[in-house]
Amino acid sequence: MAKIMYRDAINQAMFEEMKKDDKLFLIGYDVGKYGGEFQLSHDLFKAFGEDRVRDAPISEQGIIGCAIGAAITGCRAIADIPFSDFMAMCMDQVVNQAAKFYYMFAGQAKVPIVVVTAIGGFIQAGPQHSQSLEAWFTNTPGLKIVAPSTPYDAKGLLKTAIADPNPVIFVTHKALYSIKDEVPEKEYTVPIGVADIKREGRDVSVVTYSLMVHKALKVAEKLAKDGVSVEVVDLRSLYPMDKQAVLNSVKKTGKVVVVHEAPKTGGFGGEIAAVIAEEGFHDLKAPVKRVGAKWAPLPFVSVLENAILPSEEDIEKAVRELL
Amino acid sequence: MKSLKEYDKKIVLGIYESMLRIRLFELTQSKVFRAGEQEGFTHLSIGQEAIPAAVCANLNKDDYITSTHRGHHHMIAKGGDLKRMMAELYGRKTGFCMGRSGSLHIADFSIGVLGANGIVGDGNPIALGAGYSIKLRKTKQVVVSFFGDGASNQGTFHESINMAASWDLPVVFVIENNMVACGVRTAEVCKALKNLGDRAIGYGIPGFNIDGNDAIEVYETARKAIQRARKGQGPTLMNCMTTRQHPHWEGDKDVRTKEEIEEQLSRDAIASLEKRMIRAKMLTEGQIKAYHDRVQKLVDEAVEFARKSPKVTAEDALTYVYAE
Repeated sequence: MAKIMYRDAINQAMFEEMKKDDKLFLIGYDVGKYGGEFQLSHDLFKAFGEDRVRDAPISEQGIIGCAIGAAITGCRAIADIPFSDFMAMCMDQVVNQAAKFYYMFAGQAKVPIVVVTAIGGFIQAGPQHSQSLEAWFTNTPGLKIVAPSTPYDAKGLLKTAIADPNPVIFVTHKALYSIKDEVPEKEYTVPIGVADIKREGRDVSVVTYSLMVHKALKVAEKLAKDGVSVEVVDLRSLYPMDKQAVLNSVKKTGKVVVVHEAPKTGGFGGEIAAVIAEEGFHDLKAPVKRVGAKWAPLPFVSVLENAILPSEEDIEKAVRELL
Repeated sequence: MKSLKEYDKKIVLGIYESMLRIRLFELTQSKVFRAGEQEGFTHLSIGQEAIPAAVCANLNKDDYITSTHRGHHHMIAKGGDLKRMMAELYGRKTGFCMGRSGSLHIADFSIGVLGANGIVGDGNPIALGAGYSIKLRKTKQVVVSFFGDGASNQGTFHESINMAASWDLPVVFVIENNMVACGVRTAEVCKALKNLGDRAIGYGIPGFNIDGNDAIEVYETARKAIQRARKGQGPTLMNCMTTRQHPHWEGDKDVRTKEEIEEQLSRDAIASLEKRMIRAKMLTEGQIKAYHDRVQKLVDEAVEFARKSPKVTAEDALTYVYAE
């Protein structure tokens, strides 16, 4: 099996789905001739032409509105908003329009759009290019939110997201785009709403998603040498969330650390912890721990950025406190 | 103002009937709303009927329109069923959106009404997308986006019209310029209010400033704009000056002076068209009365239909959240 980068897994999914459906188009700034801010759409312009791979002006509301309007009139769209920070520019289109249409018009209009957007720091991009804003969307009925951590999951989930008749926020991570992993050449998909146990363990469960999966795996590897067995649950989808996978893991270990890169306060980890408290309380042997960013915007220079973002040490410390 | 004698009687009567449907539907709805028969809020278009009635006279059933929070007139002009509209306003199961949308988001996709919209200006990006879809699907449809002078100052206006112009999309942008944005006189916050059509120059497309209470002028301008769009030559911006006879929402206070209200009423689009039809011997006064009676009967039937329709129930609240 070929090892390919996360960005190329996304590129392959787009290419394969666009080949299948000539009503599917990609829109965003830089997506065309330039190949995408992070090269997600390289070579697609050449393959499909400008109507299908549409370079747009820097007009986020127009980009998402264009995707929605086309989607409710017989097309499908992928919109590229390269940094999740820029989702603030089109929250209205996503939250007030895309998320509402199917419900508000009582099923008259489906909105099959995928918004691909990257969260995350660790690339010294500063306060307006580093945020992890996924929790803004998880409190909005009508949206689905996925956040794959590997090239395999990214390709499989993007194919599923494109086929989904609902608006899907496809959360990538800038620091994941260059990681490599084995991705099958033959057709496969990954379902939305199904978590993946990235590493089995007995003592402590780490429930996480996106880049933090990799940090948790490194911690698990390290702790294994000390005889500590950590299970890493990769949610992959935030809405719908695979509650059962989380609860099963809690049943097994009785101890949980919830990890995400977004600020701990108000983050999606609160929802995960609350689900465990409501539905898995009696399986717990210790209080749920949360690891997330400290309560400050993200500065650019690494010494400051690293002081705020959650680290492997933070995860390790939280796990050890539960032992 | 041209004499109606030059016009096809069928077209003029079609526009007139559409305007009358809007007026009588809303006057009747205003009564039942104020009587407490309907919940929520409602924004009436009384006074602005000529614009959608005359624009939509140029559209086919499969053409699209986007609308606003003040959207009943757009829906009726596009051929919306009065019974199912009224039922929606009553929150009944037979309503177009099963009581989810009410007045603010009423829609009928089967006739190309892509929804009234509660966010001021948000019809424009949706219209842009529908226009993009037409280009991608290679059909001959067009999209008309109706919005107000208030919406013309939203960023979505600029983004949408710039993109539609850049890609020659078949979208016609129609400003219903009633000179009031919520409770603010738009002239106080918009220097070139009466010449909003001039903004078209900035996007490299044709723009017009016209009398939106003159149904025939609206019809002619829209015909050219829609023909241009259908030929793949791109968008047009139409600024139609009009008057809103009721306050922002039903029950709201009116910011206009008594004199302004009287002056605006003297330019009522329906009364003016009726006078012209009589002058051109298109209809007699008696025939006009018969039109009123017939349309009022349709509206009354719609109210009866809505009143007798089953109410939505709490069990319906969690349906249609996600499509399968």
